[in-house]
Amino acid sequence: MNRFAWVNARTIEEASAAVSATVADAMTELAGNAAAGDTAVLKAGGVDVLDLLKEGLLAPARIVSLRGIPGLDAVVEEAGGGLRIGSMATLSRLADHPVVRRRYPALSEAVRASASPQIRNVATLGGNLLQRPRCWYFRAHEYHCLRKGGGHCFAIAGENQYHAIFDNRPCAIVHPSTAATALVALGATVELADAQGAVRQVLLEDFFGPPDRDLQRENDLKPREVLTAIRLPALPAGTHMAHLKQGEKDSFDWPLADVAVVLELSPDGSCRKAALVLGTAAPVPHRAKQAEGLLAGKHIGEDLAREAGRAALEGATPLAKNAYKLPLFETLVRRAILKAALG
Amino acid sequence: MLNPDDSGSRERGISRRTFLRSAVGTTMVDAASGFLDDAKAAEGSGVPVAVAGPEPVPVTLKVNGVERTLRLEPRVTLAEALRGPLGLTGTKIGCNRGACSACTVWIDGVTVCSCMILAIDIGARSVTTIEGLAQGETLHPVQAAFIEHDALQCGYCTPGLVMSCAALLRNRPDPAAEEVRAAISGHYCRCGTYPHVVAATLTAAKARQA
Repeated sequence: MNRFAWVNARTIEEASAAVSATVADAMTELAGNAAAGDTAVLKAGGVDVLDLLKEGLLAPARIVSLRGIPGLDAVVEEAGGGLRIGSMATLSRLADHPVVRRRYPALSEAVRASASPQIRNVATLGGNLLQRPRCWYFRAHEYHCLRKGGGHCFAIAGENQYHAIFDNRPCAIVHPSTAATALVALGATVELADAQGAVRQVLLEDFFGPPDRDLQRENDLKPREVLTAIRLPALPAGTHMAHLKQGEKDSFDWPLADVAVVLELSPDGSCRKAALVLGTAAPVPHRAKQAEGLLAGKHIGEDLAREAGRAALEGATPLAKNAYKLPLFETLVRRAILKAALG
Repeated sequence: MLNPDDSGSRERGISRRTFLRSAVGTTMVDAASGFLDDAKAAEGSGVPVAVAGPEPVPVTLKVNGVERTLRLEPRVTLAEALRGPLGLTGTKIGCNRGACSACTVWIDGVTVCSCMILAIDIGARSVTTIEGLAQGETLHPVQAAFIEHDALQCGYCTPGLVMSCAALLRNRPDPAAEEVRAAISGHYCRCGTYPHVVAATLTAAKARQA
């Protein structure tokens, strides 16, 4: 780990003024052997930043901590019926938050399925959404891969059992956030503030970007922006949801596949609207739009759920070692739809 | 924003010097780390915030009820500060990446991986390590139950496991076996003592209630 200086920001403006680069930009700069010089990056819970520092993939001159900013971890019910989650709220707090559990159970299930208790006690929702991908080539100092500004994706012809089954060219990462799977299905927006106090709201689904939009960045965070909050919309009556994760083992592990389903059911039981998102499937949380269309207007049952599971995998382009994910996703989609609709 | 002349501080009528003075004072009151002698502006960026390091800076840690001020580089993790200058080697470093949980300690009673948090980031929060669990010569019920149930072999993961199980009992005095398994789900024990750890924790829960 390189030596760095430390800044305790006390306001969002102070943090925004003290930071000079996103973690992604600082990493690309370092991997390209540019003089890292005066780079300053933000740190929320610090789990991912420390991991990158220890691997030598990130070597900033300064780290700006957001932890001392009052109120940045507040979880507040909004007048219109939505929920505003401060970006510094920890995953454990959200897993146990009564409003999240009651109104957005897909999110509480997704965060409870993330990491270990110790990590959830420190990791924040903002940091979780902005963490860098877990691809082992990307995470290894020795591989100067596409995402770090190199010329080659080592996963496409390499050890790709944990990689993407959709949109996996030219870079085969999967999005690392399990919470994001649920948040995209819920139609969450992120709130981003800059040093001038300007705030922009972006639909989380649009905030994330695939490799063909930007190879070195998973999202549209600007260099001096601070992700201040994640906002969940009010949900119409009759909304039902579920999040399911499949790992290699029950204890602490990243998912091999995870699925979030949000269904809006009419009083007659038919499906008015469906959002179906596959996590750990693509470089961004993957909307299964064909399957969503299939559910609309119909009564949810075993056969329809099975059909939606198949439709959700249409267009998949598995790599040499990850075709096993297809039946996993098919099953998870079916189960998640049935769990959401029928309990 | 790199030019101090167009920063918000001027608009608010605060000069860089007075801002810095107040920033340093606040830091001291926060007891975050006592940056006084090391505080300076972020040179180059002209940003008026207190910057500590990268050379060693005073960091005050409250560990097992005792406050100690150390001189640490900002990059020093809590685990390193505990095992090095504080001599509390009961906390083990396994993977050093938050994946094995051997380094588990409590911050304000909540379990964390001390390898994945910087000492300078602790601030005024209280740290409890395995050394702080026993009351004098009397072992914590979880420690006693680990011995009784033979819940360790090589023992390297044990301090972390004990901290997780003891934290669980603070919140859930009578947990189900499933809750114990969830509480220890982040721990690696390559000797495979897990069933004994679960049994020991359930025994400790009963002992505490008796």
